[in-house]
Amino acid sequence: MAEHPATHVRTYGQIAWLWIRAAWQYPTSFVLLAVGNGLITGLDFVGLWIMFSHLRELAGFSLHEVALLYGSASLALAFADTAIGSVERIGTYIRTGRLDQMMTKPVPLLVQVCADQFTLRRLGRLTQAGVVFAWASTYVDWTPLRVLVAVSMLVSGCLVFFGLFVGFSCIQFWTTDATEFANAFTYGGATVTQYPLNIFPREVLVGLTFVVPVAFVNWYPCLFLLGRDDPSGMPDAFQLASPLAGLVTMAAALLVWRSGVRHYTSTGS
Amino acid sequence: MPTDPSLIDVRDLERTFDVRRRVEGRRRRAREQVRAVHDLSFSVEAGEMVGYIGPNGAGKSTTIKMLTGILVPTGGQVRVAGLDPSRDRVELARRIGVVFGQRSTLWWDLPLRDSFDLLQKMYRIPSARYRENLERFVELLDLGRQLDTPVRQLSLGQRMRGDITAALLHDPEVLYLDEPTIGLDVVSKGRLREFLRALNAERGTTLLLTTHDLQDIEALCDRVIVIDHGTSVYDGSLAGLHAQGGSTRTLVVDLVDEAPPVDVPGVTVRRVEGPRQWLSFPADASAAPIVAAVASTYDVADLSIQEPDIEDVIRELYSREG
Repeated sequence: MAEHPATHVRTYGQIAWLWIRAAWQYPTSFVLLAVGNGLITGLDFVGLWIMFSHLRELAGFSLHEVALLYGSASLALAFADTAIGSVERIGTYIRTGRLDQMMTKPVPLLVQVCADQFTLRRLGRLTQAGVVFAWASTYVDWTPLRVLVAVSMLVSGCLVFFGLFVGFSCIQFWTTDATEFANAFTYGGATVTQYPLNIFPREVLVGLTFVVPVAFVNWYPCLFLLGRDDPSGMPDAFQLASPLAGLVTMAAALLVWRSGVRHYTSTGS
Repeated sequence: MPTDPSLIDVRDLERTFDVRRRVEGRRRRAREQVRAVHDLSFSVEAGEMVGYIGPNGAGKSTTIKMLTGILVPTGGQVRVAGLDPSRDRVELARRIGVVFGQRSTLWWDLPLRDSFDLLQKMYRIPSARYRENLERFVELLDLGRQLDTPVRQLSLGQRMRGDITAALLHDPEVLYLDEPTIGLDVVSKGRLREFLRALNAERGTTLLLTTHDLQDIEALCDRVIVIDHGTSVYDGSLAGLHAQGGSTRTLVVDLVDEAPPVDVPGVTVRRVEGPRQWLSFPADASAAPIVAAVASTYDVADLSIQEPDIEDVIRELYSREG
């Protein structure tokens, strides 16, 4: 029976909330984890900062422009990772039989897998990314349209990362222990987006646009926010196409997920 | 659509697996088809308590997986409560309870109570019903003091009781139990069996139980389905299984002194080792007259009874058929 998606979101929230409550049983370790996570990811940005103390600009982009790229991608990644990061663990769930147990519960498997062991330890990264993004935004010449594009950029960025996480985790339905391979695309994709993408050859940019569409997470919409021409000469329409990229990635991932589950139930392994 | 009143209906069920095996001298691994389950048919009516038994690797888990929708059959058909398990898996989940004996469904790091609360949300059990059920199961299964303990700190018996409670909170029509008493001590086993019997009597919950413990079956099931090599080799009463399998119980007698093999009607002496003797008698016969006869003729230091082993019964059943 088809149920309203809002029901699934609610169930997701209830499962997640339970895990947050459980984590609060040990408040110190929770805070330490979150702060530690923030510090470690913060070093990423410190790296950029140090680089800019030697350079005036990177491929024509100033520090605050790169910070905008970094902050927006990092926000989307941290949010996606928090919301559905545990989907990476399906290999383990398959091996331990946990997946079988989830399949006997009346909640869609994807909702259960994503919400299981929900943790806010990425809160550190989220905060750090938020601060960088806020600082960089003060250099943006805001117009109502740019605000709209910025909001849609963050939402679409989450969707792109949702899709990448889910889609690449599905490899584990066919071969377990493919986490590292999947990470190369998800976290690898995220690392790449910390830099202006025109530092890469055009072929790489094409790949990051059409294959692993992380360029839509921040690169194209940020060009619009900064009012810059695309240095790689990609169509201007791309700068507004992030929501489309997000939806397409998400839809593709759901299809892969469904065929992964079907493979699992038809092979039992 | 033909109406079928059976709660569980399995017809000509088949499940094959592709297994890849390394072959000496060949680069590619050879593909081989293994039939885990084949030509399996049975039906279970609402309110029945059925023992589903068989040796390891006989196809028990594969059957349970197909009944719960975790695995799609490669042939034949399954209906549970009128639903096709693999197609209507999520809908069926509301109406069944599953307990995998070896693996807990509970959340390891959470207190038992949190796991139950979470299940209430997942199954959307009305609050009043949930409180009533929880209270009742906690009382019957004596879990009151464990409710706030994280699952990882529970003993095996406590965890099993927690798992059973978890599987019953939403009032399932069918409860699948996979080795529910494995590893439990005698007292816990007894209480668990008592609880399951009461559950069946009061709520009419249908039970399908896989087990290695014949006493589970004896205490709970009026009917046994024996599966071996992927298909059903027996379906009927436990007494019938004993009769057909020619199974025996063994009375182990420790005499005060060494003696020649005891001579009591209805028993066969299997083994003598010093003052200890092993006497076997048909599993459906009562042990009382035999014990009385032995005790009246000999000086007995100690007595114990060994129940027939399920594997032996099945082996016997099979060798007779073959």
